[in-house]
Amino acid sequence: MRRYVIRRLAQAVGVLWAAYTVSFLVLDFLPGDPVSAMAGGGSDSTPIDPAQIARLRHEYGFDKPVFLQYLDYLGKALRGDFGDSISTGRSVTSTLAAALPQTLELAGAALLLAVLFGGGLAVVATYTNRRWLRQGLLSLPPLGVSVPTFWIGLMLVELFSFRAGWFPAFGNDGLGGLVLPAVALAIPTGAIVAQVLAKSLLTTLDEAYVETAKAKGAGRVRIHLRHALRNASLPALTVVGLLAGQLMANSVVIETVFSRDGLGRVTAGAVTVQDIPLVQGVVVFGSLIFVVVNLIVDLVYPLLDPRIVVASGRRASFA
Amino acid sequence: MRSPVHRHFVRRAVVAAVVALGVSAAGACSSGSAGGSGSDGPPQPGGTLTFAVSSDAGCADPQQVGSNDTIYALRQVVDSLTDQDPATGKIVPWLAQSWDVSPDATTFTFHLRSGVTFSDGSPLTAQVVKDNFDAVPHLGALGTLAAGYLSGVQSTTALDPTTVQVKFAQPNAQFLQASSTYSLGIESSASVHKTPQEKCSQGVVASGPFVQSQYVPNQSTTLTKRTGYGWGSSLWKKKGEAYLDKLVFKVVPEAGVRLGSLQSGQVDAIGSVGKADEAALKSAGVNLLARANPGVVFQLGLNSSRPALKDEKVRQAIQVAVDRQQIVDTVFPSGTRPATSSLSHTTPYYTNLAQSFGHDAAKANALLDEAGWVRGADGIRQRDGKRLSLSVDWFANAATNQPALELIQQQLKAVGVDLVLKQLPIAQIAQVQQAGDYDALWGNVTRADPDILRSSFSTHLSNYYRVPPSELDRLLDQQAATADATKREELVKQAQQSLAQHAFVVPVVELQTELGAAAKVHDLNFEASSRIQLHDTWLG
Repeated sequence: MRRYVIRRLAQAVGVLWAAYTVSFLVLDFLPGDPVSAMAGGGSDSTPIDPAQIARLRHEYGFDKPVFLQYLDYLGKALRGDFGDSISTGRSVTSTLAAALPQTLELAGAALLLAVLFGGGLAVVATYTNRRWLRQGLLSLPPLGVSVPTFWIGLMLVELFSFRAGWFPAFGNDGLGGLVLPAVALAIPTGAIVAQVLAKSLLTTLDEAYVETAKAKGAGRVRIHLRHALRNASLPALTVVGLLAGQLMANSVVIETVFSRDGLGRVTAGAVTVQDIPLVQGVVVFGSLIFVVVNLIVDLVYPLLDPRIVVASGRRASFA
Repeated sequence: MRSPVHRHFVRRAVVAAVVALGVSAAGACSSGSAGGSGSDGPPQPGGTLTFAVSSDAGCADPQQVGSNDTIYALRQVVDSLTDQDPATGKIVPWLAQSWDVSPDATTFTFHLRSGVTFSDGSPLTAQVVKDNFDAVPHLGALGTLAAGYLSGVQSTTALDPTTVQVKFAQPNAQFLQASSTYSLGIESSASVHKTPQEKCSQGVVASGPFVQSQYVPNQSTTLTKRTGYGWGSSLWKKKGEAYLDKLVFKVVPEAGVRLGSLQSGQVDAIGSVGKADEAALKSAGVNLLARANPGVVFQLGLNSSRPALKDEKVRQAIQVAVDRQQIVDTVFPSGTRPATSSLSHTTPYYTNLAQSFGHDAAKANALLDEAGWVRGADGIRQRDGKRLSLSVDWFANAATNQPALELIQQQLKAVGVDLVLKQLPIAQIAQVQQAGDYDALWGNVTRADPDILRSSFSTHLSNYYRVPPSELDRLLDQQAATADATKREELVKQAQQSLAQHAFVVPVVELQTELGAAAKVHDLNFEASSRIQLHDTWLG
């Protein structure tokens, strides 16, 4: 077990380094630099003295060779210093630390709703004997996956904020403000959970041990929930790990529609003005969350299914 | 930063306010102006105005922010030495009760009003003004706007506690108007001595009618009334303190959400109203407020160093091939005006040159024929085997850019000119301008002083459009060196005529700022740069 954990940790560090390096190269490859973006004002093409821009580029070190900039940034990043945001002057770590709780709150609520309702839908759809109900329920997840999150968000605001007036349309304030964005974010996520779990449940219910259980006289509910669901939840758990990435990506859209502060908004803003230190921070931080969630998922597997023997390293290739 | 007390969504907390003392301003000048938005009954003090804007610049220092959305809030926090009358463009007293400008426009002496204090209690003195102006050139990347106003400054001197003198190496007539901008708003000594980064994240202490009480990046800015305020601009109707107790600016990036929030009463006013929103807002009884931004209009900035565009006839042909009225009617909010000069009609010394900018496809065709460009098989003109194909670089900084350019594309195609639209990231604006590697650039510049023509077109400065040296340079330099208003106006007028005649750029449409405000909001007024002034605003 210890060797397994160490190897997984080493892999995690490798993923982080790769994310950092690739994002640095991509940002460097883009034409323009953040100083030009700031000087351009973003809204007007106000003429700016070129000498002043050159001086600023020198101050920020953008006139140095790329690999020197890279080493410089990487060295500081290893010490936890991602520098200061160019557009706001605040330190990248404090910017991310301020945004993180908002996004965790949103993503956590969305994941909870997604697992409850997505999982519930899969269980009911596979349990029922009524064909029309099963077909009806199973056709919902593909719909949930294919409707754009953006549109779902706007519809929810229109119906439940502007018309009904039950929830505020924007902001991070209170539990009321969390409901609509969490539901909007939960719909595509829950749809994936439902799809995977329903398919996995159907497969599991065909397996021999289910027949054995039946023969031993176990009731339908017991078979469905105790025997089949436990085994069928493994693929769904894998997906939940991957969903961490999806939730972060969708939060860019949802946080914009609902005017919430959070990592998604920070990301969108940073990319627009090519705020290199901030984008780098977001990338590394995002990778970190992704890596940690998947590491936890990997470590939980053996607890759910004793057939997975960690020592053999059979699952170590999964990332 | 985030106050846990502020949990609940901000509704309109109608707070009965006591505005009694401090109303008698110390020796205030009179002359109220600026049209209100139909007020009935006497103005009511008190209340909270919630305003939804589309973005947050991430910085709470007026000296370092250029974005309209953020300036709406920050303008209320700082006072400037002077103010500018939006109706006439005239510079009038604010923190300075009078001033002298040397005839060659190199030396500006401001006589400060006495009794002004910053919200930390410290007094306004000539030394504080000097400290502000000395610090501005060192603001860094975000302070380029403010630094530009002071470029070429030689010294700022506190002659006595209420007299401050600013000297420039070169004539700099625009500085008087610059002294009225929020970028050169005066901050307290404590704020001036902070680093630019600290000012951005912590906000500033200044002398304005409202005080920053909370700033949550990407979320909201909350301002509260400065009690005892008594040194308002000479343009304001109300003397003394502001009417409103509290201003809350909410950042709501989605246009549809801003619109619905105003309709459903979750906010009282919104910025960035587009053409598509107008009908819905009007039917909801919302007042639409609009004013053209002063400065250089949206234009096709032609690169005069390109082979095809070196020829004045080609540039003139493009100038009359564009049907401005059609573009205005199709793409822009109602009330937007087609360009009638390089400057918009709200800019001081604007001259109406509408006759130069009428749509005349026949004339465009004739000019291109004369220049030797003949129609090829595909309808696009050719000369010496080369197609008359131009690319225009544009940036996604306004929703109207793409549809406007697509219309221009069609209009130019009708006279045999191929226009290719090339969208670039906003981060590249400055770089593209400097490198000069483009045929045409689409953009505008907001500035309430005609000197913006010199920054944009003088061959002695950046000269982004690669304009050849001409009579225009002399006119632009002379207006910068002329303190006398009548003489300066004449020079600026000639400069506009010269630009239209040589068609160095093709002015297309004025940028209009449009806001929506609920019926209960009164006297929400535009200031001279088409940003807002909320001292006189009241709810009732």
